[in-house]
Amino acid sequence: MKKTPVLKIEDKVFKNLDGKGDWGIKGYKERGGYKGLKKLLTTEPTKHIEKLKDSMLRGRGGAGFPTGLKWSFMPPADAKRPSYLVCNADEGEPGTCKDRDILRYDPHTLVEGLIVGCYTIGAKASYIYVRGEYYDESSRLNQAIEQAYADGLLGKNILGTGVDVDIYVHLGAGAYICGEETALLESLEGKKGQPRVKPPFPAGYGLYGCPTTINNVETIAQVPPILKNKLDWWKRWGRDNNHGTKIFSVSGSVNKPGNFEAPMSIPLKELIEDYAGGVIGGWDNLQAIIPGGSSTPMLNPAQAETMLMDFDALREEGTGLGTAAVVVMNNDVDLIAVMTRISKFYAHESCGQCTPCREGVGWVYKLMKRLGEGEGTQDEIDMLLGITKQIEGKTICAFADGAMWPVQGTMKHFRHLFEERIKKNKTKKSKVA
Amino acid sequence: MKAVKTKKTQQQTFSSTTEKKIKNILKRYPKGREQSAVIPVLKLAQDEFDGWLSVPTMDLVATRLGLPYIRVYEVATFYTMFNLKPVGKFHIQVCTNCACMISGSERVVEMVKAETSLKKEGEISKDGLFTLTEVECLGACVEAPMMQVNNRYYTKLTDSKVRKLIKTMKNGEMPESVTPTADMPEGY
Repeated sequence: MKKTPVLKIEDKVFKNLDGKGDWGIKGYKERGGYKGLKKLLTTEPTKHIEKLKDSMLRGRGGAGFPTGLKWSFMPPADAKRPSYLVCNADEGEPGTCKDRDILRYDPHTLVEGLIVGCYTIGAKASYIYVRGEYYDESSRLNQAIEQAYADGLLGKNILGTGVDVDIYVHLGAGAYICGEETALLESLEGKKGQPRVKPPFPAGYGLYGCPTTINNVETIAQVPPILKNKLDWWKRWGRDNNHGTKIFSVSGSVNKPGNFEAPMSIPLKELIEDYAGGVIGGWDNLQAIIPGGSSTPMLNPAQAETMLMDFDALREEGTGLGTAAVVVMNNDVDLIAVMTRISKFYAHESCGQCTPCREGVGWVYKLMKRLGEGEGTQDEIDMLLGITKQIEGKTICAFADGAMWPVQGTMKHFRHLFEERIKKNKTKKSKVA
Repeated sequence: MKAVKTKKTQQQTFSSTTEKKIKNILKRYPKGREQSAVIPVLKLAQDEFDGWLSVPTMDLVATRLGLPYIRVYEVATFYTMFNLKPVGKFHIQVCTNCACMISGSERVVEMVKAETSLKKEGEISKDGLFTLTEVECLGACVEAPMMQVNNRYYTKLTDSKVRKLIKTMKNGEMPESVTPTADMPEGY
């Protein structure tokens, strides 16, 4: 099979993702940053939106919604209700750590993206909601913003184009749910981070009740290079409907974990073997892979063998690309313990607004724990699956779905592990008796 | 807004440095949207008043921002980074979620307990230096296992690294970060 080409530096959006070069404005400019920005700020915004639609850029924060389409929902400027561009840097999906490296190693990619983004959707202000734990990262980001102001790239009349953009960093305080876009808005307004009922969608009623677009860090940063280059520069990567490059965070049982920018639709096996140094103990020692952050159902080794890493390929397999956080588990890992830990995470992070989630996610964790310890019966496995189906799709936001999918995924491929434990425990108990 | 009725304690005024920062924070939000500053100001208050939020501290934040107390309480109790009881000088937060777990976070927790003589989560060591908390994913999964002490990340932990970090903290010092860090620019 033909290998996916390794990206050359000129193919990459994040040229300093490894942190080896200068993160500051000087280094970014030397890498080609801010070049052609003036032209972008004097081109008709509708042209940008059309090009983004054609590029098939899909949101990098997990849902994969087409960015151009999202931006086209913004209403025309209204003096009474200013528009906002909000950047979601509340990276919290277990396994995901790509935005952290963008913020600390290449923050100007985001700043430039926000300038272009604000101009395109008609916003004059942008808030970057950074998770509270990213203190050093937000310091870097603040420094980058100050550099941009000093250079006339932010503030009033940017580069003499008449475009005004201000960027503010807002730190969160440790709540996974604030990564959900309307919970994020609530939090930014100084409230508990509880998701809003939709509709109305943020484009109509967002931050402070004003038209708002919310995008992930990576998505926003990818916009300027897409607009500056020919469409083919972006579309030559990945399959139809999944174009471009993407940062994959590979962690867990691999020899060289890391964040790698690679072409979309890269085979999972290639990503793990060529980029992340391979599975510890070799590919044959692979037990399972979480392909896109903790919410996405895991793949078994047979699926992993041929899997392509893009939105559609993973969806067809009953899972998802999510945030492209690949967590690898080899045979030395206690898979049940890891999945139970993930359930505990969701039980801890439920915002408590909807009853099925607030109560149910806790039950699921308790059942996972009980079954994992070999307690319980075969029937309880079915009961657990039944509960997951009763929670999924019954809540205001997708949190509960994301909490249930990994449990369903575990049972799909690894039910036998639970059954073995129950059986083993029974034998042990009867011997004792 | 009525004045806080509790006795005048140290917690009833912000230092001039904090007050300056609060003014800067308020500039980021439109007029009439001062509530947006609740989280950043609570964070400042926590940093200033011994690393945790007492009721008088929360009341002070409410008064400063012109909000009913409940608006501040409900935020302070919702977010995990706000400590509602005292913590040690060094708040050690070990991530034990999936990627860290696979890479040995259980061992890190054990090591921290052994080196600090802490028995369980949430307690303060007798010398007042340490509190250990197991936390959810801190977003440094490719550098697992990791922990956060106060504001700073320490990644790719090994037994010897943990031992060294705690030794430094026992001397009352914040260890140098393993990864490059940046200082917050003035005024933030």
